[in-house]
Amino acid sequence: MNAPKPRTMFDKVWNDHVVERLDESTDLVHIDRHLLHDLSGPFSMKSLDEQDLACLRPELTFAFPDHGVSTSPERYGDAAGGGPLLDLFRHYCTKFGVHLFDLDSEEQGIVHVSAPELGLALPGLTIVCGDSHTSTQGGLGALAWGIGNTEVTQVLATQALVLDRPRTLRVWIDGALAAAVTAKDLALALIARDGADAGSGYAVEFAGSCIETLPVEGRMTLCNLALEMGARFAFTAADEATFAWLQGRRYAPGGDDWARAVSNWRTLASDAGAAFDREVAFDAAALAPQITWGTSPAHTVAVDARIPDPASAPDAEARQSWTDALAYMGLRAGEPLDGVAVQHVFIGSCTNSRLSDLVEAARVVRGRKVAAGVRAWVVAGSRRVQREAAALGIDRVFRDAGFDWREPGCSMCIAMNGDAVPSGERAVSTSNRNFVGRQGPGARTHLASPATAAAAAISGCVRDPRTVASRE
Amino acid sequence: MDRLVLLESTALPFPVDNVDTDVITPIRRILEGLPSMVEHAFEPLRFAADGSLNPACALNDPRWKDAGILLAGRNFGCGSSRETAVWAVRGMGFRCVIAPSFGDIFRSNCFKNGVVAIVLAAEQVTALVEEARAGTKRFRVDVERCEVTAPGGRTFAFELSPLRREALLEGLDDLALTLRRSAAIEHFEDVDRVRRPWVYLASGRVAD
Repeated sequence: MNAPKPRTMFDKVWNDHVVERLDESTDLVHIDRHLLHDLSGPFSMKSLDEQDLACLRPELTFAFPDHGVSTSPERYGDAAGGGPLLDLFRHYCTKFGVHLFDLDSEEQGIVHVSAPELGLALPGLTIVCGDSHTSTQGGLGALAWGIGNTEVTQVLATQALVLDRPRTLRVWIDGALAAAVTAKDLALALIARDGADAGSGYAVEFAGSCIETLPVEGRMTLCNLALEMGARFAFTAADEATFAWLQGRRYAPGGDDWARAVSNWRTLASDAGAAFDREVAFDAAALAPQITWGTSPAHTVAVDARIPDPASAPDAEARQSWTDALAYMGLRAGEPLDGVAVQHVFIGSCTNSRLSDLVEAARVVRGRKVAAGVRAWVVAGSRRVQREAAALGIDRVFRDAGFDWREPGCSMCIAMNGDAVPSGERAVSTSNRNFVGRQGPGARTHLASPATAAAAAISGCVRDPRTVASRE
Repeated sequence: MDRLVLLESTALPFPVDNVDTDVITPIRRILEGLPSMVEHAFEPLRFAADGSLNPACALNDPRWKDAGILLAGRNFGCGSSRETAVWAVRGMGFRCVIAPSFGDIFRSNCFKNGVVAIVLAAEQVTALVEEARAGTKRFRVDVERCEVTAPGGRTFAFELSPLRREALLEGLDDLALTLRRSAAIEHFEDVDRVRRPWVYLASGRVAD
């Protein structure tokens, strides 16, 4: 008998969910978890209602208000604290029987932070949400991806999606990350090297010795940013660290189901010798902390590097794009980024608002003060992260330094909730997009890790976190 | 969904790389509703800070005001999954976008809204852009044959899955197709529930 053909993790999980093959490249795929938020959710639910359809599987559907909610500590007593769409969202969640982790819930938070914490994201599940950064949850070994409004309505009605099967790309990353270098730096460096569309059309698996030793929350950060290299699907294989992270969480399997689930999850990793449509490699060992200088996540350099000169751009299109980006950012080619004055520091977003992110930033902040002229915020990703950070005394570290300690939400990453960077001002932000106007019209965003953002807060300018002694 | 069989139209050359969906529909315009999203589509590129139209932006050039085809750059529609970006592009009159690559979610959203998002090789898109800039003659996008023909006669074939092609030609939508398969979905779940019981949560299991 011939040995079975080695298969990729993507093929195993995808094939486990195919309801029907519709043509040679299109499948009807079952969805195990559907997550809703207050920006894309209400309109898709309204569309469902207008078509006289019901939610087929409300017990597999969960709702999290995060995009539009205020992050002010005053929000709880304020009728406007839920933002522009929360009332509509509540109305439809009640109507369709969908569980909403509302503002007064102890589990409220950013959907990609709270859903994993609740054990809603599990290895081998198909998870969708009307949000591009759903790939974050692939860091737990799930197949998780972002969908549009029409698809949200379709999943509500049918618990299935018509999908073009993506090709597979394995990114093999070896080498251990140096001190003060994180998953964020790794992701930015990869996007800078391979481009903002390197993953376009692919489902990306991150593997290699660096990934095996990367903590579970770092894997989520990496998979989150894979979207910024164009990959709708990104994931890492689940392993013992994943299982330990998940065990005991509210919606994780309990009792006999736990052992059964784990033995299933162990079979899902890519087989040795499995063929990918494309493979690339990356060496993480020599990596320095990274920061963006322009208006695409691909506009990234090491934090101790100089601002690139458009004259050295690879082609005319890139030259124009770099020139436009420098004009928007108010930067001059050839000057060092270190020392560029900063008015805002934002530690938060689905990329970097988990406990480990706050711990990493606190090492830089402890016993120091936010520099004069800097507004520095920590927006924990969830109420649970807030509680766990407080139990470690980390909230005090930030408050004593002069940071604002805010309530969970997307905050300054999306700038539709009252939190924004004013036009022409500069932010170092742990979020995922430095697009023109993303943090507010005219806002100038530098993406970086929590440690680099913290170093900027206490220095008043872009600063290499390796030059600021860390304090436990 | 509206059918799209054959499109004969001028093509607007806009070969800018990495145009993201935040630029196509800025968040504050989304909150103002559909007319504002379309009116302010590509706002940071089409408008100056004082709200006046930027005459240097090709999207404002009156020569292409009736264009139904947008010739875009690499990674067009990257970033946020917001389907509003497609509504705005369609609202501006485009039923076809041609680019060397797309944001995957944007491309998928296009097909849900009767917009054909065509991937061609970078040099083919460049050739189309050059021809579009040289004059405002009509291009031809044939969904049935999966071919784009430039005014000078050069023809490029493009790939479309049989299902996507059929959906455009017949005006079918995925939801109707899927609702017809509800028995198959139910059967899938019945089998899967035995194999992976932990996936299927009981309703109302935990009060919050």
